[in-house]
Amino acid sequence: MTAEQIIFLLVALFTLGSGFMVVTTGNLVHAALWLVATLFGVAVVFALLNAGFLAVVQVVVYIGAIAILFIFAVMLTRKDMRDQGPQMNRGWWVGALIAVLVFAGLFFLLQGWNGLSRTAAAIPAGFDAVAELGNALVSPDAFVLPFEVASVLLVAALVGAVYVAFNRK
Amino acid sequence: MVPLSWYLILAAALFSIGLFGVLSRRNAVAILLGIELMLNAVNINLAAFWRYGNVLHMAGQVFAIIVFAVAAAEVAVGLALVISVYRKRNTVIADDIDLMKW
Repeated sequence: MTAEQIIFLLVALFTLGSGFMVVTTGNLVHAALWLVATLFGVAVVFALLNAGFLAVVQVVVYIGAIAILFIFAVMLTRKDMRDQGPQMNRGWWVGALIAVLVFAGLFFLLQGWNGLSRTAAAIPAGFDAVAELGNALVSPDAFVLPFEVASVLLVAALVGAVYVAFNRK
Repeated sequence: MVPLSWYLILAAALFSIGLFGVLSRRNAVAILLGIELMLNAVNINLAAFWRYGNVLHMAGQVFAIIVFAVAAAEVAVGLALVISVYRKRNTVIADDIDLMKW
């Protein structure tokens, strides 16, 4: 077992463990903080995959903005910080069963796919992934249209969020 | 070198954990937390297929960035809705929000 595999297993264990804490812990502020840990684990996975830009964006956008937004929302939607009552609904075991079945189904599908044990080719010498990504995002031959649509979507979501949460008094 | 299957199984497990959170949590904010876990699992898959496929073709990473943007938009609108519902109904328990208009 190589060092990279050991690092991957540790990161995967950390990510899945904190992900499990996100969905099971009773205190919602703690759940949001466990989400930060999970997102950080995913950022390390991106770094292991040589996707450096994605790792940085994960930390900046997900941890820096989305997780903080969650903590704000948790604090804005309660009168005191304690969580009363059960955090799971009555049919939680049905959800657990469906989740396990989905995982088993995905595992079964992956087992039957012959590209599963593929290993990554070495990155070509002189290949700059960030520059290539930037070119792909603004090149008319590649992804400039989805990129612009995403920016329109962000503006629409911003206006919509302000409109929905606006307090008319 | 880590085989592709490890990344895919990690993503599948993370997706299932998020799905469990979405299906079994009562608090609407916690349901959105579960959705974030599912979106992250998808992003792991996209980055893994980029790395293990043709590295020169950037579609996997571009798609992951689009998912980032959609996730940010979804969280902003979703949390605004939760806060708006909390103002009107004084609850964020998904089971209690059962009327279309109040």
